Amino acid sequence: MQLHSLAFDVSHTLAGGLVLISFLMLYQDRLYSLLNVFALHAVVLALSVAWQAFIQDAPHLYVTAAIALVFKAIIIPVALHRIVQRLGIHRDIEAAVGIGPTMLAGMGLVALSMVLMLRVTPEADPLAREDLAFALSVVLLGLLVMVTRRNAVSQVVGFMSLENGLVLAATGAKGMPLVVEISVAFSILIAFIVIGIFLFRIRERFDSVDVSTLDDFRGERR
Amino acid sequence: MTGLSFDPAAAVLWIPAASALLLAALPDYRLTARLNIVASLATFVAALSLFLIDRPPPGAYLLVDDLNIVFIVLNTFVGFTTSIFSAGYIAHELETGRLTPVYLRFYHAMYQTMMFGMNLAFVSNNIGLMWVAVEVATLTTVLMVGIYRTHAALEAAWKYFILGSVGIAFALFGTILVYMAARPIVGEGPDAMVWTVLVGQTAKFDPALLNVAFVFLLLGYGTKVGLAPLHAWLPDAHAEGPTPISAVLSGLLLNVALYALLRFKILLAASPGAIAPGPLMVTMGLISVVFAAFMLYRRRDIKRLFAYSSIEHMGIIVFAFGMGGPLANFAGLLHMVMHSLTKSAIFFAVGHISQIKGTQRIARIRGLTVTHPALGWGLVVGVVAIAGLPPLGIFMSEFLVVSSTFARQPLLALVLVFGILVAFGALILRLTNVAFGEPRGSKAPADASYLPMFAHLALVLIAGIYFPGPLVDWFQHVARLLG
Repeated sequence: MQLHSLAFDVSHTLAGGLVLISFLMLYQDRLYSLLNVFALHAVVLALSVAWQAFIQDAPHLYVTAAIALVFKAIIIPVALHRIVQRLGIHRDIEAAVGIGPTMLAGMGLVALSMVLMLRVTPEADPLAREDLAFALSVVLLGLLVMVTRRNAVSQVVGFMSLENGLVLAATGAKGMPLVVEISVAFSILIAFIVIGIFLFRIRERFDSVDVSTLDDFRGERR
Repeated sequence: MTGLSFDPAAAVLWIPAASALLLAALPDYRLTARLNIVASLATFVAALSLFLIDRPPPGAYLLVDDLNIVFIVLNTFVGFTTSIFSAGYIAHELETGRLTPVYLRFYHAMYQTMMFGMNLAFVSNNIGLMWVAVEVATLTTVLMVGIYRTHAALEAAWKYFILGSVGIAFALFGTILVYMAARPIVGEGPDAMVWTVLVGQTAKFDPALLNVAFVFLLLGYGTKVGLAPLHAWLPDAHAEGPTPISAVLSGLLLNVALYALLRFKILLAASPGAIAPGPLMVTMGLISVVFAAFMLYRRRDIKRLFAYSSIEHMGIIVFAFGMGGPLANFAGLLHMVMHSLTKSAIFFAVGHISQIKGTQRIARIRGLTVTHPALGWGLVVGVVAIAGLPPLGIFMSEFLVVSSTFARQPLLALVLVFGILVAFGALILRLTNVAFGEPRGSKAPADASYLPMFAHLALVLIAGIYFPGPLVDWFQHVARLLG
């Protein structure tokens, strides 16, 4: 606890901050505020990754941090802002489940991931171990955001926060190869999704990007 | 290795990669359709030469062993035959105006990129690289599923995208956990993600961490295999995309995810302290079989019908690998090969049929054997094969799965047989509607390429009657590797 305590505390704070911001995301009921919270999420992720790069002395992780900062904290939220504006859907998000149950479910998921990860990794070093537990919480909370929202834009935001959790896990696993490649691959994936939403609407003129209305077009249900 | 020597493992990667770039650059669709065939054939030949040439020792990124050769050869073969089918199919789509030449350029480039991604997943020796490859293959198929840009196609692509991405995300988390488990033993850095390094030392890994990792990997790659209850993307993606893509999805992409799962199963099996992966796979396999079998009855869309049938068969295959042991693994491998060949043949037939009739609704298709004997009887043979009737290959592999299970777990075998029989009923019921009776719908002559379909069916028939000795030996050897 003496020598690496600062390193430990800072990364702990940042990872914990990510979990907290994921919780913030759960109860945002407007798209703009959801996007702002997500941008904050990405900034904290960038800080956390940069801190890992510093304490692990792994300069390539700075690339991942830069991607998180530039791409996820700036470009994507701005692009989504534009899309939301153009689609005129800056009204409320129809949450499929109420805020109360969602928050309770979120707490349950965090407890679950803590119990699970801390129990199965007693021998791993405490830094990586708690990092992993936090990362799993962020992943599961991201999944919860995706499940409770029906709007395509907010589902993407949920997916991106889920992915932030994965980047947190990957950078916390000391010396893991291919982290940069994986984060680039994910960025491409997300770029495709965002472009997809854009084309979705512009070319096809759906009445709404509410995924539940899409279900009606399904071949089999008349 | 000198620059002059021919490395087939690299060739199955660079041929599709280079042709993807080339096909993206060329405007003439007739030329690109032919080039697509040539490139696929070249890849297939390169894959075949894997048998002949001395294998390079496993590297940090690439690996060729007895297990993945089976997958690569199957993959490139079906990729090749599908490219022949695709050339005829898209010419018709262009005539009817469902696709434009610009989209075709994109389509062919994506086709080769997808082959690249799948081959890379098979030959990669690094679990991180394998994950990236599966993602590439998924992304390209998502784009192709949505290529018609109809409401339904975009919805299918969106659903596939979201569910596939969540699956991929879980698989990555599992991969990270495997790395975490390996790190204390193997040491930091790239080595701790190299499969051949891992498998030798798994016994020393922390079993609890491996257990959690496998659960995530099973959920993640299992989504891509189409196991119930994670299968929701699969029927839509099959029904709304171009039919060549349905054939490749069912015949190949599901196998890619299955292969990834098998690699991790081998890892886990080498660790004495970890949970046995078998029961988990058996459970998910059985659920898929029974669920899909019942879902078959309510299908009104012919491509959806066969998509659910794919879920059923992937369930059988995962079940067989979950049971484990030389015989069940042998049966699982055989079933996988037979299913890939048969299901893509069926989709070849269905593709032409739905083009002629202008619909995919089962109710509007009748009497095919009267109006289009070659297509109709081809479909009959395909469905008879997929339903598991003798003397075709799937009968043999299903029989092996069931009989090897009866010897060990009679109760599980009963459930499996029940599922297979229910599915059998549904398929035969639909088949009689579609193939026989008073013809309905357009009777326009088929401008079809029958070669791929009949080649596949002939292979399945031959395998059902006589399975060559050397191949049996090879499969048995691989089955033992799978533990």
